[in-house]
Amino acid sequence: MSVALEEATPAARLQDDARLAAATRRRQQRERWMTHLWLLLGVLIFAFPIWITLVGSTHDTATIGRGDVPLLPGSHGLENYTAAFQTGGSGRYRSSPAGLMLWNSAVMAMCIAVGKIAISLLSAYAVVFFSFPGRMLAFWTIFITLMLPVEVRIIPTYQVIVALDLFNSFAGLTIPLIASATATLLFRQFFLTIPDEYVEAAKIDGAGPLRFFRDILLPLSVTNIAALFVILFIYGWNQYLWPLLIVNDRSMETIVVGLAKMIGSGDTQNEWNVIMATAVLALLPPVLVVLVMQRWFVKGLTETEK
Amino acid sequence: MRKKVIFRGIGLPLLLLAPQLAVTIVFFLWPAGAAIWQSVLQEDPWGLSSQFVGLRNFQEVLADPAWRTAAWNTLIFSVSVAGSAMSVALFLAVQADKSIRGANVYKTLLIWPYAVAPAVAAVLWLFLFHPSIGLIGRALNAAGILWDYKLNGAQAMLLVIIAAAWKQVSYNFIFFLAGLQSIPKSVLEAAAIDGARPTRRFWTVVFPLLSPTTFFLLVVNLVYAFFDTFGVIHALTGGGPGKATETLIYKVYVEGVQNTNLGSSAAQSVILMVFVIALTAVQFRFIERKVHY
Amino acid sequence: MKRRHLTTSALAAALASRLPRPAAAQGGSGPLEIQFWHGLPKPLGTQLEEIVAAFNESQPRYRVVPSFRGSYSETMVAAIAAFRANAAPHVVQMYEVGTGTMMAAGRAVKPAYELLAESGVKIDFNDYLPPVRGYYESSDGRQMSMPFNSSTAVLFWNKDHFRKAGLDPEKPPTTWQEMEATARKLKAAGIANPMTTAWPAWVQVEQMSAIHDVPLATLGNGFGGLGAELRVSNPLMVRHMDNLIAWQRDGLFKYAGRDNAGDALFPNGDCSMIMASSGIRARITREARFQWGTGMLPYYSDVPGAPRNSIIGGASFWALNRGPQGGRTPEDWKGVAEFYRYISQPEVDAKWHMETGYVPVRRAGYAIAKKQGYYEKNPGAEVPIEQLLRGGETTENTRGIRLGGYVEIRNIMQEEMEKAFQGQQNGKQALDAMVQRANQVLRNFQRQHQGR
Repeated sequence: MSVALEEATPAARLQDDARLAAATRRRQQRERWMTHLWLLLGVLIFAFPIWITLVGSTHDTATIGRGDVPLLPGSHGLENYTAAFQTGGSGRYRSSPAGLMLWNSAVMAMCIAVGKIAISLLSAYAVVFFSFPGRMLAFWTIFITLMLPVEVRIIPTYQVIVALDLFNSFAGLTIPLIASATATLLFRQFFLTIPDEYVEAAKIDGAGPLRFFRDILLPLSVTNIAALFVILFIYGWNQYLWPLLIVNDRSMETIVVGLAKMIGSGDTQNEWNVIMATAVLALLPPVLVVLVMQRWFVKGLTETEK
Repeated sequence: MRKKVIFRGIGLPLLLLAPQLAVTIVFFLWPAGAAIWQSVLQEDPWGLSSQFVGLRNFQEVLADPAWRTAAWNTLIFSVSVAGSAMSVALFLAVQADKSIRGANVYKTLLIWPYAVAPAVAAVLWLFLFHPSIGLIGRALNAAGILWDYKLNGAQAMLLVIIAAAWKQVSYNFIFFLAGLQSIPKSVLEAAAIDGARPTRRFWTVVFPLLSPTTFFLLVVNLVYAFFDTFGVIHALTGGGPGKATETLIYKVYVEGVQNTNLGSSAAQSVILMVFVIALTAVQFRFIERKVHY
Repeated sequence: MKRRHLTTSALAAALASRLPRPAAAQGGSGPLEIQFWHGLPKPLGTQLEEIVAAFNESQPRYRVVPSFRGSYSETMVAAIAAFRANAAPHVVQMYEVGTGTMMAAGRAVKPAYELLAESGVKIDFNDYLPPVRGYYESSDGRQMSMPFNSSTAVLFWNKDHFRKAGLDPEKPPTTWQEMEATARKLKAAGIANPMTTAWPAWVQVEQMSAIHDVPLATLGNGFGGLGAELRVSNPLMVRHMDNLIAWQRDGLFKYAGRDNAGDALFPNGDCSMIMASSGIRARITREARFQWGTGMLPYYSDVPGAPRNSIIGGASFWALNRGPQGGRTPEDWKGVAEFYRYISQPEVDAKWHMETGYVPVRRAGYAIAKKQGYYEKNPGAEVPIEQLLRGGETTENTRGIRLGGYVEIRNIMQEEMEKAFQGQQNGKQALDAMVQRANQVLRNFQRQHQGR
């Protein structure tokens, strides 16, 4: 390229430039179309299973059971969702109503998210702003939990739950999942960036540690709290192994586990349309939370892991 | 990096730490200790007798062909899930990074699968691949390919991989996009001026700059595939057919909960614990530059 | 800090509940509570709980508190964990597959005959159907657990399909040779899946061995001790497994999946013939839109001694100590004994049988149902009972199965069958693999339980 440019006359160079510009514009336009195409394809592939499920949930059992997979919504949506929500389907072997399960999941997710945030705020505050013997020991004890996901301690934790008589209880469902270190670490990182002037000013004002926490630290942490809330709510809502193990009282079932149990292995003629409606209900709340709080969520994710 | 010490006293901080420490000790350290203790015992499920057997449980587990199958399944499963989820995410992130109209809309639409529980993702894909009611399942059978993941191990593995990877792409997408967007424009422009074609530019300039993100995501994806996918397998295949989709974590569950073989299950848990600790250590050593004590 | 209070107080409450539970109410301060865990979902669970409520109302001293704890296997795991935590229920319903585990539980279990004798309650177990009684007896004939809900496997066939294929709709095949011929005719008439089975291991391995009087394992199918070994790789089973594989290949037999996955394929008209639990009778009545019949399981007519009785499935009630240190009073056991006496009454047994589809466990219960004309109104409901009574007294091979770790062993059997159906191995290889893997489980089980 550069060789050609050097040898041409000014006029020819202008023409070359114009042709190059045009070619580049065309190439860029083509690239833009390709980009749109790929992204569109990606979005469609990701949305496809949801679309099929959504559509399926608006038809009646016979259509699905026969094997006609509809691609467009049908007319039974309202009755299917009502059935799923209120009764969990018809028939003598029906499962728990989705309304109840959604409530259980919501309570569990809220407890876990709120609990984790509360505990971690307090612990991070203690570890960062105080000096006391055993500080490092406390920090490491908390840090170790990162390396012990619930799956590697399921049986012994199950035994602990039985020993404490927390089986089939919300306490047993939520407390063991509350104390992992990610949130504490995040808050710790954040607290470390708070300039010392804030604390000095507070001391001059005669504020004690608790007032400092409530009046200064908390307001500053609001963005982080919001970001963490999204992540932890989803984490809590999507729990599977733990609720499976700890709860067999059907009135306490969460919707993620309940949905999987609905797909019996022949215990009953599956009411696929109601199951699909339940699946949609199961993923709606966390998806909504992500969509609504997307900005905080993305920020929180990328900063948690840094 | 340490804060200049501000508040003194021991009572308050300990009080603040109490909740997390209490839960950690009761629900993490105590069970982890119990697992390690149980792994060197031979116990009957009722707890009426127990015998110290040293490392015999571990020897038996490692020599058990079923465990080897599970380890192999786990390897195939995690590598496939991590590999496919990361490459698709990287590709989409590169596309989304270009300044086109509606980039934010695409971003939003590609992020939300993260919110779907692995077990729910499994159910969604089951609707598609079910041999009698699924669109793709029926199409495959109609085209002459005998599709029944309840009978064919390889098909079952394929299905769980797709379901697990589908969900993970959004997570990777977010990080890759953030990583791409943090590359200074000057570097990209310099590369453009040098005249290399876009694809070469990507592999020689952009990708190396993404390597911390890539490495971090690799670790996270592997941990996800190892542990968080329990729901996918339990909901879709139950480890079958014939152990084809039984991963190590699923085996711990079966061993402990269904077969009440506590010593073996504990030994397997300890092995997995070692693995997680190693992975986490690697993750923190090479990535967490900022964590000082 | 509201949230902190919530967390801390919840934790405190949790820790506080570790303190020993208050002793059960004695004598005059209210009825003695008997904790009873069962594994029957609705609607069967509701009917069971009605029986429990009736018992409670029939006397003032004891109150049985029923609680549904999930599937049978979940209930078993929960009971074991509770026992370790010194909080086991008085009575737990355990499926027949867990009998080996329960028998070997030693001190954890209070045998039925013991608690009945100590409480002065007499139950005539000789009136019970031999296979029912035998499954839950010790090797010297003493009753270890209380039979309650039992079923067996039978053949259901689709009369409409038979008509379509030009077969006599009132005559089901009785031998395997006839099964094959019938299946071929059905296939020729356009039926895609003539035969299928539910509970592949229970029906095609265990039941087949029993009705042909062939041992499944040594030591009397495990009744004689923990040293038993699986013996399914014998000429009869090899022949049968090869047949199933060949029929599956030819499209005559459809493998529908594990456990009761196959149940769905009969009522919806997919398969013409199914071998399944007699208990699905109620479901077929409700869902089938065709005429159907009940027959006995097919057998190989050229095997000497065949056919004998089939074995039962279902569950029984086991009495547990509270924890490794015991923890029960004679009053507790008396309550359990009275509960057992109540459910052993022929009227209760007959009512349960007629309402649920389980077989009556007593001859007296059977007689009551006959007198009420139940079998005229429900043709075919007698077939499972007749099949259980066939051949008179049970033999070593038809008494039942008493192997530890049997849940795992059944899964092993199903896995090997699946591999065979996928074409990866033939019948002999599948059975040999079952034997080898199952024996490992049995030896492990033996080792675990020998230190007592």
